[in-house]
Amino acid sequence: MTDRIFRWLRPWWFPVIVLGGFEWYARTVGKSSDAIAPPSAAVRAFITAVGDGSLLGATAFTLGAAALGLLLAAILGIASGIALGLSRRAARTAFFSIEVFRPVPSVALIPLAMLVFGFGLQMEFSIVAFAAFWPLLILTQAAVRQVEPRLFEVSHVLGLSPAQRAFKIILPAIIPRLFVALRLGVAVALVVAVTVEVAANPNGMGYAMMIAQQSMDPALMLAWLFWIGVAGYAINAAALRIERWVGRRMGVTA
Amino acid sequence: MSTPIDALPAKPIVSGGGMLEWAGSLAVFLGIMALWWLASHAGWISRVFLPTPEATFASLQGGLDQGELLAHAGATFQRMVLGWLLASLAGIALGALIGISATARAYLQPTLEFMRPLPASALLPLAISIFGLSANMVLSVVVFGAMWPVLLATVHGFAAVEPGLREVARCLQLSQGAFLWKVALPTALPDILAGMRLSLTVSLIVSVVGEMIASQPGLGQAILLAARSFRASELFAGIALLGLLGFASNSALSLAGKILLKWQHD
Repeated sequence: MTDRIFRWLRPWWFPVIVLGGFEWYARTVGKSSDAIAPPSAAVRAFITAVGDGSLLGATAFTLGAAALGLLLAAILGIASGIALGLSRRAARTAFFSIEVFRPVPSVALIPLAMLVFGFGLQMEFSIVAFAAFWPLLILTQAAVRQVEPRLFEVSHVLGLSPAQRAFKIILPAIIPRLFVALRLGVAVALVVAVTVEVAANPNGMGYAMMIAQQSMDPALMLAWLFWIGVAGYAINAAALRIERWVGRRMGVTA
Repeated sequence: MSTPIDALPAKPIVSGGGMLEWAGSLAVFLGIMALWWLASHAGWISRVFLPTPEATFASLQGGLDQGELLAHAGATFQRMVLGWLLASLAGIALGALIGISATARAYLQPTLEFMRPLPASALLPLAISIFGLSANMVLSVVVFGAMWPVLLATVHGFAAVEPGLREVARCLQLSQGAFLWKVALPTALPDILAGMRLSLTVSLIVSVVGEMIASQPGLGQAILLAARSFRASELFAGIALLGLLGFASNSALSLAGKILLKWQHD
């Protein structure tokens, strides 16, 4: 019994020691510092931010922008991925252009999006969409390549139109792999959304954290850092669960 | 923090076919360029946002001739490579220490997994308040952010060493160091290299973001200033150079990976 409890406690030792050490340091050596604050102060700042609604507002903005961008990327990426996956010739002709545009770091588009859209939701989700588009395109393409060839023969025999073939044969066949791609897309979208806010866009969680730093409020800044970590972890974990659940439902083990 | 911000799979799915297909592939690209030329010249999209291809090329050439753009690209490249090297070293060392011991993994891995999805750029405000707006601040965030993929990949690679190999090492009475160097590291190498590829992408991204918010010399700052003063052609020239930087570094690493892992396929 005590063995079980001890085993269960093991993952908690390290964070508790680090946080405890940090608390002690911030209260003694770094007492007069504007740069750091003890974790207990961060907890208080966190509760205040929950209470006045600023936490909810900023979180909703960031997650909304990430979701919109991911949606756009999913529509475009899956559609073009299916097209390129079906035709080797199309894939080879698009190859060079894809390899030219894909390595452009998403953050390089921040100034361009600022110029075109100004600050706000649009600039953020367009950059998210650009970043998430490539993995979705490539993974969908790979998924279509691995569809059982006999299914294509069936669709041929049935005389299905290309649209029917896409929706009745291909899409159902690639769904488990599609969810793997989407889970990766979720991770990319969240990171890019926060990055855009830290770098430029005056909205959302990333910006809230920047402002807390600039107004010399380290407790609030740490509260945001913690919250960004928790939100990211929870969303990624949920996406992974959905991916596995879909995989099980579709009869994929792994 | 190892989230693949611009997740690039290890290999392109199609490799070029015959000459004809290459020509077709090139034609598609030239078609896109022609569309760009048309869109900017016909005024479909305002020149404020979309410079003409000629103007972009002129900015690129001018910037490289006068050395200004070249200096910025050099600064970004240096930051990226230095950060990546330090991150790789730290990631492999820490990852080996954690990965080799089941006890250390049990205590530390949950925390590492919790940190994994955290965007590296979210650490910039913290680093600014500790180090101020300096080049070292940017470098520290690059190293910390880019360390993650290597660290987790190394932990995973070392943990996945086959139990049989451990027994062989015990029979041969290999020391712990010899086991690390001769058995564990080669086994973990594919994982580590995959992590290092991802980490290079993270390095470039964090370098650019860091340059933007801390006004450090580099392409990140250059493109931000170009956009703020509505010099679209310079902005596009900077983006093109960043794309080239990403492409070149990724290709170099994929080549290095092929050479280093050749023994596994032979």
